[in-house]
Parts: sequence; structure tokens; C-alpha cells
Amino acid sequence: MNLKSFLTGRWAVVGGFVLAAVLLLVVAPALLTPFRLGLLGKYLCFAMVAVGIGLAWGRGGMLVLGQGVFFGLGAYIMAMHLKLADAPASTGVPDFMALISSDGVPFWWEPFRSGAVTLVAIVVVPALAAVLLGLATFRRRVRGAYFAILSQALAAAFAILLIGNPRSTGGSTGLNNFKGFFGFSLRDPANRLTLYVIAVVALLAMVAVARQLMVSRYGELLVACRDAEERVRFLGYDPAAIKTFAYAVAAVMAGVAGALFVPIVGIISPNDVGIVPSIGLLIGVAIGGRTTLLGPVLGAIAVAWAETSLSERFPSGWTYAQGLLFMLVVAFLPGGLASLGPVLRGWRDRLRPAVPAEKTSVPSLSGGS
Amino acid sequence: MEILLSQLFNGLSGGSILLLAALGLALTFGQMGVINMAHGEFIMAGAYTAYVVQNLLGDAGLSLLVSLPAAFVVGGLLGIALEALLLRRMYHRPLDTLLVTFGVSLVLQQLARDVFGTAGVDVAAPAWLSGPVVVFGTAFPKTRLFILALALVAVAVLASLLAFTPLGRRIRATVQNRSLAESSGISSRRTDRVTFFVGSGLAGVAGVALTLMGSISSNLGTAYIVDAFLVVVVGGIGQIKGAVIAAFVLGVAQSWIEYSTTASIAKVVVLAIVVAFLQLRPQGIFVVRTRSLV
Repeated sequence: MNLKSFLTGRWAVVGGFVLAAVLLLVVAPALLTPFRLGLLGKYLCFAMVAVGIGLAWGRGGMLVLGQGVFFGLGAYIMAMHLKLADAPASTGVPDFMALISSDGVPFWWEPFRSGAVTLVAIVVVPALAAVLLGLATFRRRVRGAYFAILSQALAAAFAILLIGNPRSTGGSTGLNNFKGFFGFSLRDPANRLTLYVIAVVALLAMVAVARQLMVSRYGELLVACRDAEERVRFLGYDPAAIKTFAYAVAAVMAGVAGALFVPIVGIISPNDVGIVPSIGLLIGVAIGGRTTLLGPVLGAIAVAWAETSLSERFPSGWTYAQGLLFMLVVAFLPGGLASLGPVLRGWRDRLRPAVPAEKTSVPSLSGGS
Repeated sequence: MEILLSQLFNGLSGGSILLLAALGLALTFGQMGVINMAHGEFIMAGAYTAYVVQNLLGDAGLSLLVSLPAAFVVGGLLGIALEALLLRRMYHRPLDTLLVTFGVSLVLQQLARDVFGTAGVDVAAPAWLSGPVVVFGTAFPKTRLFILALALVAVAVLASLLAFTPLGRRIRATVQNRSLAESSGISSRRTDRVTFFVGSGLAGVAGVALTLMGSISSNLGTAYIVDAFLVVVVGGIGQIKGAVIAAFVLGVAQSWIEYSTTASIAKVVVLAIVVAFLQLRPQGIFVVRTRSLV
């Protein structure tokens, strides 16, 4: 067995997983302060969304601009449960609702009193929403730009709906001030560490799921749908079902990420789910390399980290940086940093035409879907 | 009757604003397949142009008339800059243009915040547009009538430009079949650039119209861009008449649903209607028939 096949084989994958788990579960908690560890937990939530985006956008060619909706669905479901659990036992009405009016809890909040229903809903509701929208659009062969615009409009409508109903959703301030998480106090550092560990495990599980999907037969079909949808149809497959499945998986990942975001960060508001945060989730994926497995994860963590550290120092600097990143990366390096090596090699070969050009393998990217 | 009339007018007025915002988009999206998220910020640039012009000239009536062409040029130049610097490189990747132009829109918004401040600024409406016109006991604000008229004039000018001028012929040829147009001797590069100038210029004009509706701030464009895109999607790509119908239908629907429920529910219902409509006609109201599969 030579080195190259060892590095790309099954053992390398397992080894990489173990390495990532050790880094995140042992090294990071030992080195970081509890505050920084909480921030890292937040970045991991964005990374979970990025795994789904990488699958749907990088592999499936669906430009998903509304992942904030699924993130928000998971987050608000979890937040509703936490608010109801925190509510005084005498009335059962969460604090912010009791302040605004005396009508009691809206009927659609009631199911989320139960922790089991909440946990099921966090997975099922985003999945159902994605399947519904996916089938409605892909089956009628609405795709490409049309799909992107619809998913974006969905994010806009969701945020407007949340802001427009302050009595039941907290309006533009959102839901915050959570005290407990399934009976455990959120003030206790040990419980916060447990939450971080849950986030790490969830992220690793999602990466594993995404990898299995990518290397499977289904993953091949998904890429085929991105590159030549009509040909897949002529071969007898149903592109709508293939794409809807990837879209639903991405939605569930975003929903779980949102549900973990709420106890880790302590607030969910329309600012986290609207158009701008939804598209903002894409930049990490684009930088890391949208077609790769780990590119989106690393890109999302790096971008979230850069956002925090830049906005700490220059309040308006981050917006410029984000805008420039979108322009430069998407226009000039569409494969992300993962393709930097092959691209640079291509330039070098062009500068030195005498050297026979080595065949490079960039993950191919086509504009259509 | 009065309610019916005033709701219908509100809808038409909202539709005319949508139309002004969407007209330029329909043109550029239709011809080049470019999804220009920065179109909303071109609208904002037009609005701030009106603000600057008014501060320079002082007189509200004169400044409105000056700022309409000025904003057209400002919007158009921004569009040409965007096309030449970024979009020219990525015509074969239409979906990626959305993300690139989103980056442009972030930068332009932050620029506006840094230059003009985060608080909204006001542009005074001229005296001859103050007050309402009363018909059948219903009051129609003159500013809204002016915007309606402006939208109709813009449509008329654009439609005749497309129908009767050599430039319009070139644009229509490029929309219908780019390679055939090129092999007939049309410079599609130059046509694209002119189209982008006109389309972005229309965004500037829309921005001036919006100054009549209230104060302007850096997020003016974001409020309209999604609705404008929905208009283009419903209307059908590359179709002016489709955009006109879609804008007024969506405007009236929004206003009616808003009247019976709330503004936020109306937004959601309108989106649901759009998705349902695309089930019936996935390509929008009017379709350019081609034999291609995609």
C-alpha cells in the first residue's frame, strides 16, 4: 500500500474523524475560556447548516438562499419549548407574553410543552417544509434562478411573519432569556460544556451522513442532476425526488443547528433567519469549496470566527469584508480555497508553457441546475 | 364602493412602485440571465441622488425634475461599472452572479450608511404634488398618482424603445437567440452593456419615485428587491408586458389581503399564490418559446 492510497482510503477517513473529535472535544475545551468555547459552539451550529448547504448547493446545484427559514424553524421550536418550561407553574405563560397581554398561550404553542414532541418537531417540521416546497418547485421543473428567488422570498416572508406577530413570537426582539435546558440550568458551566459536546457530536454525525450520501450511488445521481438534469431524466430517474431529498436533508441539518443554537447562544430573533443571514451562511461554503465535504465546515467556522473578531474591532468593517469576500471568491475562485492549489498550478503552467501541463482534477462546476 | 375604490387604488399604486423596481430587472434578467441583487441598491442610489440634488438646488419642484434624469444616469453608471468589472466574467454562471451582486449590495449599503448616516433622510415633495385629488368622495394622494403616471411613462418609453429603435431590435434579437444574433453581426457585448445601463438607470428613477413615499435610508433597496424579483418570475423572463401585469396583480393582491388581514400575513399569502401560480405556469405568464430543453 503506497502513501497516496493510504491517505485517501477508508482508514484516512476514520483517522480524520478521530482527529477532529479529539481536537474539538479535548483540545478546544482545555485551551479556550468558557466564553470562547460558547462562541465556538455557535460557529459549529453555522457549520452544521453549511454541511447541508454544501450538499444541496455544491453537489445538487440548488442555490438555497432560504436556509435561515429551516434554521429558524428549529430554533423557534426549541425556544418555544424552553420558554414554556421556564414559565411559572401557576400560570404556564412565558414571561414576555404575560407582559404584552393576558390572552394566555396561543394554541400552536401548546404541543411544545412536551419535550418529546419538541425533539421530534425539530426534525420533522423543517423536513416537511422542505419536501413541500421542493416537490412544488422541482416537480414542475422550476429551477435555477427561479428556485433561488423563491427560497429567498420564503426567508423574507418568514422574517416578516415573525416580526409581525410580537405577541406570539416575540417580534423583532425574538425569544431570549432562557433559564433551563430540559431540566438542566443554563447558568451552570458544566451544563454549558455538555451543550458544546452535543453540538460537536451533532456536527460530526452530520459530516458522516453527508459523506455517506456523497460517496453513495445517490450522491452520483445528485451530481448528475446538477450537471445534466435532462440526461438524468432520460435515463429513467426522477430528478425532482433526488433534489427534494437533498433539500430536505439540508433543511433537517439547518433545523437541528437552529435548535442547538438557541440554548448555546441564548437568543433567537428574526435577525438570525432573514434574507441577509440566510445568504450570509453561503459565503463560508463558497470560500471553503462548495463541492467538497469539509470545505463548507471549515469555511463556515472560519467566516463566523472572522466576523466575531472583526466586528469586535471595526463595527462596520465586517460588512465591507463580507461583501468583498462574496465578490472576490465567487467571481474569481468559484471552487473555493479547496481549488486554490489546482488553480495556482494552472497559472504556473500557463506561465511556463514549455513544461508539459499536468492534468488537474478540479471538481467541476456548472452554472445551471 | 369607496373602500373598493381606495383599495384598488392602493393596489395599483403599490403595483406601480413594484413595476418601476422590477422593470429594469426584467430587462437585465431576461437578456443576460444575470440576477442582480444590487438592483435594490441602485434604487437606493437613485433616492440618495434625489436627496443630494435637492440639497444643491433647494427648490423642491425643480429638483424633482432634475433628479429624475440625474438618478437615471447615476443608476446606469453604477450598472455599467458592475457589468464591466464583475459580471462580464461570469455570464456562463448565472446563479453565481446572484452571490456576487449580493456582495456588491452589502458594500453599497454600508457605504451609504457611512456617507449619509444610519438615520433616514427626507426629500421634500414639491408643492404641486401635495394634497389629494378627490374623486367620488375618495382621496387619492397626488404623489401616488405621480408615481403611477411615472411608471406608465417608463413602460411606454421602454416598450417603444424595444419595438421601434435599432437598439431595441438588437436587444430583442439577443434575448431570443444570442448566438444567432451574434452571427448576424450584432455585438452582443455592446448590447449587453447598453441594456445594463438602461435597466440600472430605471432603478435610479424608481429610487427618485420612492423619495415621494417617505424617508430614505440605506436599507431602502432590500425592502423592494425580493418583491421585484417575484414580479419578474411571475411575469416571465424577458417580457415587459408580463412584468406589467404581474406587478399590478401582485400589488392589488397584496393590498386586498392586507386590508382583510395584516401586512405580514399578506406577504406570506402573496408568496403562496406565486408558488401556486408557478405550478400552473412554471415559466411565468408569457414564455419565449424555444426548442431548448432547459
